[in-house]
Amino acid sequence: MLQVLDIKQLTMDFGGLRAIDDVDLEVRQGEIVALIGPNGAGKTTFFNCVTGVYEPTGGVMMARRPGKNASVKLNKLKPNVITEHGLARTFQNIRLFQNMTVLENVMVARHCRTRSGILGAIFRNAGTRREEQETVDFSYGLLEKVGLQQHVNDLARELPYGAQRRLEIARALATEPFLLLLDEPAAGMNPRETSELDALITRIRDDEGISILLIEHDMKLVMSISQRIYVMDYGRLIAQGTPREIAENPNVIKAYLGETFDA
Amino acid sequence: MNTQSIPFIRRAVSEIGRSLLVSCWFMFLTFPIMVIKVNPLERTIDWQWMRLVWIGLAVFPLSLVWRWLMMRKEQGSAKDGEDSWQKRLGERIRADRKISAAILALLAAFVVAFPFIFSSYQTQIMISALMYVMLGLGLNIVVGLAGLLDLGYVAFYAVGAYSYALLNHHFGLGFWSALPIGAGLATIFGILLGFPVLRLRGDYLAIVTLGFGEIIRLVLENWNAFSQGPSGIAGISRPGFFGIELSLSQHTVFLYFIVLALVAFTILVVSRLRNSRIGRAWIALREDEIACQAMGIDKTKTKLTAFALGATWAGFVGCIFAAKTTFINPASFTFMESAIILSIVVLGGMGSIIGVIVGALVLILLPEYLRAFSEYRMLVFGASMVLIMVFRPQGIITGVRRHYRFRQKEGTEEQGERDAASA
Repeated sequence: MLQVLDIKQLTMDFGGLRAIDDVDLEVRQGEIVALIGPNGAGKTTFFNCVTGVYEPTGGVMMARRPGKNASVKLNKLKPNVITEHGLARTFQNIRLFQNMTVLENVMVARHCRTRSGILGAIFRNAGTRREEQETVDFSYGLLEKVGLQQHVNDLARELPYGAQRRLEIARALATEPFLLLLDEPAAGMNPRETSELDALITRIRDDEGISILLIEHDMKLVMSISQRIYVMDYGRLIAQGTPREIAENPNVIKAYLGETFDA
Repeated sequence: MNTQSIPFIRRAVSEIGRSLLVSCWFMFLTFPIMVIKVNPLERTIDWQWMRLVWIGLAVFPLSLVWRWLMMRKEQGSAKDGEDSWQKRLGERIRADRKISAAILALLAAFVVAFPFIFSSYQTQIMISALMYVMLGLGLNIVVGLAGLLDLGYVAFYAVGAYSYALLNHHFGLGFWSALPIGAGLATIFGILLGFPVLRLRGDYLAIVTLGFGEIIRLVLENWNAFSQGPSGIAGISRPGFFGIELSLSQHTVFLYFIVLALVAFTILVVSRLRNSRIGRAWIALREDEIACQAMGIDKTKTKLTAFALGATWAGFVGCIFAAKTTFINPASFTFMESAIILSIVVLGGMGSIIGVIVGALVLILLPEYLRAFSEYRMLVFGASMVLIMVFRPQGIITGVRRHYRFRQKEGTEEQGERDAASA
């Protein structure tokens, strides 16, 4: 299977602290891959490197949109350029545009796929009007997909927590990504919401063919939806494999339960 | 009955007690300045005890009213986010096309008839109020929409004014050809300021823009060969009217209509920009810079367009200012101007067009019409600003987000309303 994301020897230093140490990771087309690890293992830092928020100290990050021949080197690209290439993310601590409506939140993410400028906005010519309507319709379609159609015109901050998480996913999808990076999408969700999320993520993968890389602490969710799992601890990769392999891996058990654990 | 009235009475008694305490505290605080009057000639002290009593009597009811208002405010926010009757009224006006059209028509008729009904003096005041409406709407792009706190906005105003003044002085350029040049130059200065402050946010941005505003003013004040220094430039020509000679009062009326047309143009442009791709990017930038970038928006470009467009409007108004007063000097472009324009935006309601218009009219017209109270006018002005910020921190009128019309998947049925765009 084709790779959509290929990361080799990624290293990230903050002063004297090595937050990520020589991590290799790949995501293949149509795969759901999970990145797990104890708190402070460097998972979110890893996401921030891939999405351009941080500039990694070392390593190579390559991404390729399925159907295209050339892959793009992500190092040193700005976050918005990386999004334009087709990697979209959500945030661990929800970062919605609080005072915009739910629909507008998704419409904002259409920015990099639309073109009209200042003059178009002022004169509202036929092209701009058409593009606006397309943006609205496309965004509404995404909200239907994640089940937020009854909240379209509410402000984002008025949404219940689980709905805010789903809105973040819809917003990321609006940038037409080929790889979706979800940072703890199930954090703070109740079991019912989590199982809905499970279905939603699988549906996104199956319907759109979007590959997914997710950070998650909810082991039930991770084990049920991901094909492969990477485990990080103290900035290093300590294990990788299928959910079954990971569940039985002694290194992983040690990392999660501590050195003194004795079976 | 008893069960209800007892807590009420208890509350009232405690409120009165607190107010008594407040008035005593005020009497104590103002004691040195209000009561002791030193007579240096006779080397005696006059003890004006009656004043103390007056202060106590004045503060007590004021404190009661203040507590009552604060209590109502708390209850209001506990009940619902916004004042419900205002919301309902706003919605009804917006929903009923007939009412909103009638109000708009009446307003338009009044505005057009204004210079013919009122004196030349009143028209002059209205012109400056309308100029501040434009400045407020321009700054609203930068502060209200893009969330970039700009304390040096007056610099672009100065650039526009001086472009027209200098072009007119040296090359005899008329108002109409200088207007786009002034605005263009202001745009360029906006971009020039924009570049160094791209990485800054919040307080840091405010300080740098403040410095920029001062630099422009100091350059104009000290570079005599260029700007004629503090003595300024006099004899700037008024806007020409197809080469026809106009009397002074006719000029005023003409200028009034120029400003009115430009205000209408500004409202059109800002309201369209606000609900466009660019406008949404600005608001997203204001709401969350990191998420905004992660959603594929170029931060640099978005910030620069906001700065540039905001500056353009200041340039326009600068040209008009020079044409209106026919004399400019650096004293008109102090930090105080920036502060007033910023107050217009904040008091009116950030991001709201009607709010900014109301804010400009209140802030510019209030001091003018308070002249009757002569020395107290600035006191009343300051107090009203404080009161607005305490009781409506979101501004007089809050911006309402637009509701879009969209197609549902099942059929061609359309939903949602379009006309929620105003306010």
